[in-house]
Amino acid sequence: MELYLYIALFSPLVGALFAGLFGASPKTLLTGVVNSSLLFASFLSSAVLLGYVLNGQTVHVEMMQWIAAGNLYIPFGFVVDQVSVTMMMVVTTVSTVVHVYSIGYMDHDKGFNRFFSYLSAFVFSMMVLVMSDNFAGLFIGWEGVGLCSWLLIGFWYHKESATWAANEAFIMNRIADLGMLIGIFLVYWNTGSLQYDKAFAVMPTLDNITLMYIGVFLFIGAMGKSAQFPLHTWLADAMEGPTPVSALIHAATMVTAGVYLVVRANPLYHMIPEMGLFIASLGAFVAMFAATMALVNRDMKRIIAYSTLSQLGYMFVAAGLGAYWVALFHLMAHAFFKALLFLGAGNVMHAMDGELDPFKMGGLRKSMKWTFIMMTLASVALAGIYPLAGFFSKDAILEVGFVEHHYVIYTVLLLTAGMTAFYSFRLVALIFHGEERYKVFGFHPHEAYKFVLIAMSPLAILAVIAGSFKSTYFDMVTKILPNTEYHIHSEVTEWTMIIGTQLFVILAIFFAYKKYINFKGENKEFEKRLVYKVLINQYYIPYFYEEYITKPYRELSTVFWKKVDMKVVDATVDCIANGIYKAGENTRDMQNGNLSSMLRWMVAGTVILLSLAVAFGLAVRYADEISAVLSGLGA
Amino acid sequence: MFEAIAFYLFSILTTVMFYITVTTKQALFALTALAAGMIFISAFFFILGADFLGVVQIIVYTGAVMALYAFGMMFFDTTRELKERSGSSLITAGLSILSAVFVVLIFVAPIVSTKIQVTAPLIAGATNSQSVGMVLFTKYLVPFELAAVMLLVAMIAGIVLAGKKMDRSLTLMAEEEIMIAEEANRKVLL
Amino acid sequence: MMEIGLTHYLVLSTVLFSIGLLGVMRRKNLLMLFFATEILLNAVNVGFAAISHYYNDLTGQMFAFFIIAIAASEVAVGLGLLIAWYKRHGNINLDAMSSMRG
Repeated sequence: MELYLYIALFSPLVGALFAGLFGASPKTLLTGVVNSSLLFASFLSSAVLLGYVLNGQTVHVEMMQWIAAGNLYIPFGFVVDQVSVTMMMVVTTVSTVVHVYSIGYMDHDKGFNRFFSYLSAFVFSMMVLVMSDNFAGLFIGWEGVGLCSWLLIGFWYHKESATWAANEAFIMNRIADLGMLIGIFLVYWNTGSLQYDKAFAVMPTLDNITLMYIGVFLFIGAMGKSAQFPLHTWLADAMEGPTPVSALIHAATMVTAGVYLVVRANPLYHMIPEMGLFIASLGAFVAMFAATMALVNRDMKRIIAYSTLSQLGYMFVAAGLGAYWVALFHLMAHAFFKALLFLGAGNVMHAMDGELDPFKMGGLRKSMKWTFIMMTLASVALAGIYPLAGFFSKDAILEVGFVEHHYVIYTVLLLTAGMTAFYSFRLVALIFHGEERYKVFGFHPHEAYKFVLIAMSPLAILAVIAGSFKSTYFDMVTKILPNTEYHIHSEVTEWTMIIGTQLFVILAIFFAYKKYINFKGENKEFEKRLVYKVLINQYYIPYFYEEYITKPYRELSTVFWKKVDMKVVDATVDCIANGIYKAGENTRDMQNGNLSSMLRWMVAGTVILLSLAVAFGLAVRYADEISAVLSGLGA
Repeated sequence: MFEAIAFYLFSILTTVMFYITVTTKQALFALTALAAGMIFISAFFFILGADFLGVVQIIVYTGAVMALYAFGMMFFDTTRELKERSGSSLITAGLSILSAVFVVLIFVAPIVSTKIQVTAPLIAGATNSQSVGMVLFTKYLVPFELAAVMLLVAMIAGIVLAGKKMDRSLTLMAEEEIMIAEEANRKVLL
Repeated sequence: MMEIGLTHYLVLSTVLFSIGLLGVMRRKNLLMLFFATEILLNAVNVGFAAISHYYNDLTGQMFAFFIIAIAASEVAVGLGLLIAWYKRHGNINLDAMSSMRG
């Protein structure tokens, strides 16, 4: 089994290095094919491992020791258990699909090989993140995915907006990673180990305050990676990157790393329910908050990004309330349909020559039949309609909220579910139905390549059937996660809830269709309203960050640059240099080669030596008196 | 009494002579004053009972060295006025006076005197010349021979250095010839 | 004051020495520089002879002899060099010797 583990882990790395060799050369189809095959190999190995884990066994290997100093022992250890195999399956499935998809999507791009190198490197980092058996390895993967995310958001680095977005994502993540790092330090400080099993075994003996600190700092890291409020702004801006990247990194895998961390640290969060409640509340808030922003946005990819944010909120609600398996299940289901949604959006974008405004599209149903079907499927799944994947996972989260008696959270999530349905189908209606508005702008849409559509089909199938794995999945994963089942006691209430939710969501879908299917022009009246302005400006949070954090920071930096760096540091260095230079300038007269002045200097030196001789002679002669005086001063 | 009068007299004379040597602009004056100073110095040697040293002083300095200088000066255009001064004479005088003051201070402070030991005592009943001879040819034989070799080497060196191109003298050459010679030299130097 | 001791001679020696130093520093004529060097050596000789006398030790006189020998050699070689220099450059000005200028 170890062999499969290593294949799953390292074949993406091999792919990254292989494509990296051709990074500077023009497009070679070979890199795409080889990398996709290597990813497929990784996927197959993960599948084998899944089968092995389903039999109730786990794989735990220690590849080699990494840091062994004093009491600190950190190996390169990898574990394949019920949690990590889930993540591995999600990562390899989505990334294989995305790799194949990218062959078509990046067809005309100059950086084709570079793209595949980065993409495979990302998958490797993500695998390290999920498979590591200790916090240090997790952190390496964590930073690795951050780096690859930066590389890929700024993939089109000649675009200023892309580099800006990349830097924003990277810097925001650094802020959070500092918290994460402190959390890891605290874990080591208090438990003496970074191995998950050892650290969590010691944790029950620690006092509540310490656990609270560890939990808070680790969660700050999770907040950054999963773009939770107030570090959420980078995710929408990250859509500057190529669409396959958005699908893989900023929807399906990397952003869920925060959820994975909370799930992985479930023994810790189980001991601090207050923190869990906070996580759940924040999750619910973000779910609602992001959904409202998605309602009015006019950028196709940003709408999907906000929906990702919103769904991450759902996952955190589940994780915060202790329903870790539900969170992980939603993570999995979400990865499938959200990646599908993004890839579909990528097809649309490709057809529209990079246009992102859904108001300029419409009626694409005819020319892009398969993309239409898949995106509709993904949207239905996202909305949570029976029997698609979203229904099972999202409904479970709602039930958790209800059963745990957090009715506020439940209500918020229910409303958000309605909004989700609304904005999803607003998008579908605007893109695929109604008049063909794109004709005004001179676009000639075409369906994507066949193999791209075929590559997307596994995701479409999974988006439909993922819900049916629920019980199998529950059996598997609850071997190491708390196996709380959430059943509403009264059957009547349960059915009322399910049917009510379904009706509410379907109503929202119909509303969206009614409003946008015959979309004629923008509603100027609506755009003047305060609500619209607040929402389209993302609650003025980017503005706030710009005005109250970036600008003062820039001014402070300018002050430090002008005042401290130039007037103190530089001036000191210059002063030393000038002093030496002037001293040299003045003393070079000594070496002017004139024998007469040299003689004079020689005599001067003699005088100095003589004076020293006199001084020391006197000092020796009057040593006793001098020491008496000195001791008198000292006493 | 006699010793004191002699000491002060010769001190004043020596100092004045040497002062004239270092200050006068005329090379000939300087040479004469130096020779006089040398002879006055030998007087101290006689006062101190170092008769042999006094005689050597007169012979070597006033006889040999001064004659050498006198002949040497014939090669140079000593009438040519040299611009002697550059820089502050205050610094020059200050430095020499300071060094004198420091050395005197060192002498006055009894630092070394107690640590001096006699290594070559005077021989009882012998005259100065006899005792000098005895010490020189016993204890200082090797340095004495080395000094002799050194003098020989110096003599040969002096002859070789001064004797090159003895047939031509710059003082007797016309200005143009000197210019040509200098031009040639410059090329050699480059 | 009337009793002449070692200190008197040493002070005289010092005074003569500083006159020599003055000459070394002041003169630009190389020949004068040689004269000043002779003064320095003689000043030291006086000191040696005095110490020899007052300590009843012949070592001081010995050193004085060697110094005279050195002075003679120095004059011979120095004058030879001076003449060679003069033949080449036509002057014996110290300031003109600036080939050591960096």
